[in-house]
Amino acid sequence: MDDADFPGLGLHFALLSLMAIGGVSSILPGMQRYLVDVNHWMSSTQFANAYALGQAAPGPNMMFVTLLGLQIGGLAGAIVTTLAVVCPPVLLTLAVTRLSANNPDTHLGRAVRGGLGPIAIGLTLSSGWILSQSSDHDWRGAVLTLATVMLMLRTRLNPVWLIAVGAIAGMSGIL
Amino acid sequence: MALHPPPAGNTPDPNAQSIGPLELFIAFSQLALSGFGGVLPWAHRALVERRGWLTQREFVETLALGQLLPGPNIGNMAVMIGYRFAGYAGAAAAVAGLVSGPFAIMLALGLLYRSYGELPLVQHALSGMSAVAAGLVLATGAKMTGSMKRRLRPWLFTGLALVGVGALRWPLLAVVGALAPFAIAAAWREEA
Repeated sequence: MDDADFPGLGLHFALLSLMAIGGVSSILPGMQRYLVDVNHWMSSTQFANAYALGQAAPGPNMMFVTLLGLQIGGLAGAIVTTLAVVCPPVLLTLAVTRLSANNPDTHLGRAVRGGLGPIAIGLTLSSGWILSQSSDHDWRGAVLTLATVMLMLRTRLNPVWLIAVGAIAGMSGIL
Repeated sequence: MALHPPPAGNTPDPNAQSIGPLELFIAFSQLALSGFGGVLPWAHRALVERRGWLTQREFVETLALGQLLPGPNIGNMAVMIGYRFAGYAGAAAAVAGLVSGPFAIMLALGLLYRSYGELPLVQHALSGMSAVAAGLVLATGAKMTGSMKRRLRPWLFTGLALVGVGALRWPLLAVVGALAPFAIAAAWREEA
């Protein structure tokens, strides 16, 4: 990737980070669109792999953005994407903490939460849908995805075990 | 370690235990690196149960505010908790602790991926892991719907976001920018 694109990459991820209501999973479609569809810096499979690797490692879920940056722009890219996703929400949180932390339950606060919550849910479901389209190359992958959904909804398993099962299933040639 | 009564509001409490930037950095580094599959349960264990820095109620309130604000929930919590105990330096130390260890791990993983990512065995493992990761995200979204009211309005906005971003692949920023004002206005009227 061209070095000149770092500002654009950083700005885009920073804007997206401010839309990440309910967690960074909700803005995956925006990242995928920018990196895969618009700029062709990676394939949708590489994107899905980076996300999966990020979930397999210890740390906050958002850290897969480091892998995305590393893949397209080396160490500098990793620093750009990580800072772009971490800093804007941090600064906003600091500002809110300073200004109105004493009373988060205002009418406006409830309206913002009540209004944006459903959108965040739609975005998160979109993320899962787009990831499954990049990951599930045939019906066996789709079955694994669906089984994961059912297990997550019905048990309290740590997701890392399910990722490990996915790795074993893939290596053993079931997929 | 003695539990302190919750101070009024979330303002820094001068009488709180002397928790400085270094303690915050160490605590958040530890909980970030023990957190496989999401850090939140470990944050609760470390901050409420082991260190007693927060009461249960304070933890839940901080989490609620962290979820309301955009960005990673645990990152927003780190800011609020760090700021409360040690001001700006504390906030910076907590976030730095949360991110720096996992950042190094991600670099190492990324270099391994670059060297071995093309091997067929690794490719197969990754395709299985990716199928599971897609299911994890879908399950998170499905769980979130459990908190929604049984009314048309919220489901309408969920559906519109899903169709616009998921099905039609429109740009996320544009879809959210178009939906958010109407969604907030509708919620404002319902709350009134």
